[in-house]
Amino acid sequence: MSGDQALLDERGGGDSGQVAPVAAVRNITKRFPGVLANDKVSLDFRAGEIHVLLGENGAGKSTLIGILAGMLRPDEGEILIGGTSVKIASPRESLERGIGTVFQHVLLVPSLTVIENLMLGGPWWQALGSGAALKRFRELSALLGVEIDADALVGRLSLGEQQQVEIMRALWRGEKVLILDEPTSMLTPQGVRDLAQVMRRLRDKGVALILITHKLMEAYELGDRITVLRLGRVVGQIPPDRRRTMSEADTTDEVIRMMFGTRAEHERDAEILTGHGRRAHRHRAVDRSAPPRLSARALQTAAGRGECPLREVSFDLWPGEILGIAGVDGNGQKHLAELLAGQRPAAAGSLKLGEMDVTADRVPERRRHGIRYVTDERVGEGTVGPFSVATNLVLKEIGQAPYWRRGLSDWDFIHDHARVQIRQHDIRTPSERTAVAKLSGGNIQKVLLARELNEDAGVVIFNKPTYGLDLQNTRIAHDRILASAGRGMAVIVISTDLDELLELSDRIGVMFQGRMTGIVDNGADVERRVGILMTGAEAA
Amino acid sequence: MSVETETVSGRPGNGEAVREIGAAVLRVLIPVLLALIIGGVILLILGKDPLAYYGYVLDRGLMKAGGRQETFTRMAPLLLIAAGLIVAFRAGIWNLGGDGQFLLAAVITAALAPALIAFLPRGLTLIACMIVAIAVAAIWSLVPAILKARYGVNEIVTSLMMSFLGTSFANVLIKLFFWDPTTTVPQTRSLPVEDRLPRLFDTTVHAGILIALAVVILVHLMMTRTAFGLKLQVVGANPRAAIHAGLNVGRLTIATFALSAGLIGLGGSVEILGVWGVVRADWNPAFGLLVVPLVFLARFNGYAVIGFTLFFSALMIGGESAARRVGVPQDFVLVLVALLLIFLALVEYLDHVRRKRVAA
Repeated sequence: MSGDQALLDERGGGDSGQVAPVAAVRNITKRFPGVLANDKVSLDFRAGEIHVLLGENGAGKSTLIGILAGMLRPDEGEILIGGTSVKIASPRESLERGIGTVFQHVLLVPSLTVIENLMLGGPWWQALGSGAALKRFRELSALLGVEIDADALVGRLSLGEQQQVEIMRALWRGEKVLILDEPTSMLTPQGVRDLAQVMRRLRDKGVALILITHKLMEAYELGDRITVLRLGRVVGQIPPDRRRTMSEADTTDEVIRMMFGTRAEHERDAEILTGHGRRAHRHRAVDRSAPPRLSARALQTAAGRGECPLREVSFDLWPGEILGIAGVDGNGQKHLAELLAGQRPAAAGSLKLGEMDVTADRVPERRRHGIRYVTDERVGEGTVGPFSVATNLVLKEIGQAPYWRRGLSDWDFIHDHARVQIRQHDIRTPSERTAVAKLSGGNIQKVLLARELNEDAGVVIFNKPTYGLDLQNTRIAHDRILASAGRGMAVIVISTDLDELLELSDRIGVMFQGRMTGIVDNGADVERRVGILMTGAEAA
Repeated sequence: MSVETETVSGRPGNGEAVREIGAAVLRVLIPVLLALIIGGVILLILGKDPLAYYGYVLDRGLMKAGGRQETFTRMAPLLLIAAGLIVAFRAGIWNLGGDGQFLLAAVITAALAPALIAFLPRGLTLIACMIVAIAVAAIWSLVPAILKARYGVNEIVTSLMMSFLGTSFANVLIKLFFWDPTTTVPQTRSLPVEDRLPRLFDTTVHAGILIALAVVILVHLMMTRTAFGLKLQVVGANPRAAIHAGLNVGRLTIATFALSAGLIGLGGSVEILGVWGVVRADWNPAFGLLVVPLVFLARFNGYAVIGFTLFFSALMIGGESAARRVGVPQDFVLVLVALLLIFLALVEYLDHVRRKRVAA
């Protein structure tokens, strides 16, 4: 960090009062039904500064970004660009004003080349790969300090490289402001380091960067200025000159105080947030002398286009054990989860539940045998959006007693059941008849947890169980996972968040290109070993 | 046009329900009024009297006893087709092969009924014909159904193609196998009037309308009150959730197609057994695609579709004589229906924008 500080000092950018902001928001207020998403937010974004916006889900970060990116319009307040008030009515206008946004998920067309993707929003008469475009591409490559082949298919690039292309696209029509929305969530540790380098480089070239994150470590490592949002309001800011004098611990303390009030009451929140304290690895005694609850042997799947199939995956799982599955997204985790749940047939290999061979069983049989799957795609496949909470709670039991008798729906019983579940699992919903799509992500996850985790569950697969959840719901999900194992269930947790796996798992298996490249006991030095396995280094 | 799947169990609270129903009625009434107004303007441009036209439609389609009876008679096949389409559309399956399924079932009925009546009592003949017609239509739908379930082939294309094949095949069947030798024009033997579906009271309306009403209501109850109906709706609303929940989507797709085509086939059978008693080789009322917009207008709701079918039947029947009297082409009815659809989509869109604005 010291080198960057030196750079900052040289430019004198540390003194926030002197440089006029490139972009700013003044008293921005945005209301959604029942929610005040932004409440008189005023912020400055300066050239040559990485401005970190920290906050939980629902703190208003995404709304603010949406307003700057031209996707939402504020109810009140104004946006200033270079000191003049402007209206941004569309994403295109935002880009034309030099504000580029890189969203959490890659929004490139995988079947097109890099240069084609970059030219997508351009004028229709311009020939693909024209001189002007290539010139701009080379300019931006130099600016970012990266080397990417302009004619490479985007689908062939690594996620980190795809993100670099995203950044180029965001800067394509001007490089005043670059917004990065949780950019590290999809990346390997190496990818994160590369991204940090690119960000610092852009900062030093005079771009105003806005980094959205909920990871405190990132905020500390990358941020020149840290702003904390809570419930739509700016609750505190650490300007660059103060930030430089503070140690990591001080910064963490101060930010957590802003986010939660006092520190003592929220020790665990802080731990989840910072990733500290998790270093106390979970390690419980699992009785491995007993026969395993679940045995996978050389499981393989057939892959569709753009999917990563499983290649000879084998493991054993004992009752009461939590097996974490680590790996960069898209290395076969999805197929593994779906195969175990019975949604996807095995092309080869066998799966045994205790003594029983369940390889040929599909979802209903496996569910009857106690195999449960909490999917990561809560909205995509986990629930039927327009259907009620009550219906979604019995979605996997349609036609079965006691909710259905001789094929006839007992709606009263289904609604009674739902009311009990809503109370037990603290699902925040106006009513059991409310369409599930109207619930927040955390509450939809509670619906899934309520549906999957009952007394009959013996094996539970959690796929990215806390993805997109806020702190409180993350904690609830973690508690439920630990409690499931505590009750003797055999648990698999698939996650791209290594910290989460370190906290929860007894062992951690690593997936790389469809193979389980290794399974290591959770303990000292496990991060390094997992990190090596994640890149496939030990695969051969 | 966006179609929201109705939340089967998600009935909102009382006050909200009243407001919702009121809004739904407005969403229908406004387009109907706009369509009638613009239709009237078009008539004015053509130099015809719109009030006279609408007056005749109302008079001939609903007010006069004869017209009213014709309207109710026409409703029977339309309702059965609508029932078939509701099953399919709610399951997210676009069975557009209704015409082929309808006509094949009609031809089989017309061929079978005169043969069976020779040695079976009337009731058994009628029931046997309907069952066979249902089976024939269901079998005809298996091709698009299996292609969709097995290989994911888009059923809109395949069912339409099968519809063209079906109508041609029906024609061929009459000319090759079922041609009544006593006629010069190719047509089947005819079922005597006294052996057709019984008339209701002293009217010309046959019992088919009762069958059709019962079927529509049963279909509605099936979709909202049974496990099978809910499974179909899950497949329709979110096929990936259906796979996730372990539903056999392939089997449900085939069952849906068979049921949908079977009901449409029943419509064809009832139309023959109740009204015509015979099928001429060139006969094709092409009701199938006419009913599609009605089902959309009713938002796949069985009760609402009864109202729309009544409206449309009256328009068809009244429109025929009104067109003759006022001197506009008969197809002007289709202009009205098209206008109705356009305004319906427009109102729907504006309502959607309004809601979004409220939500934002």
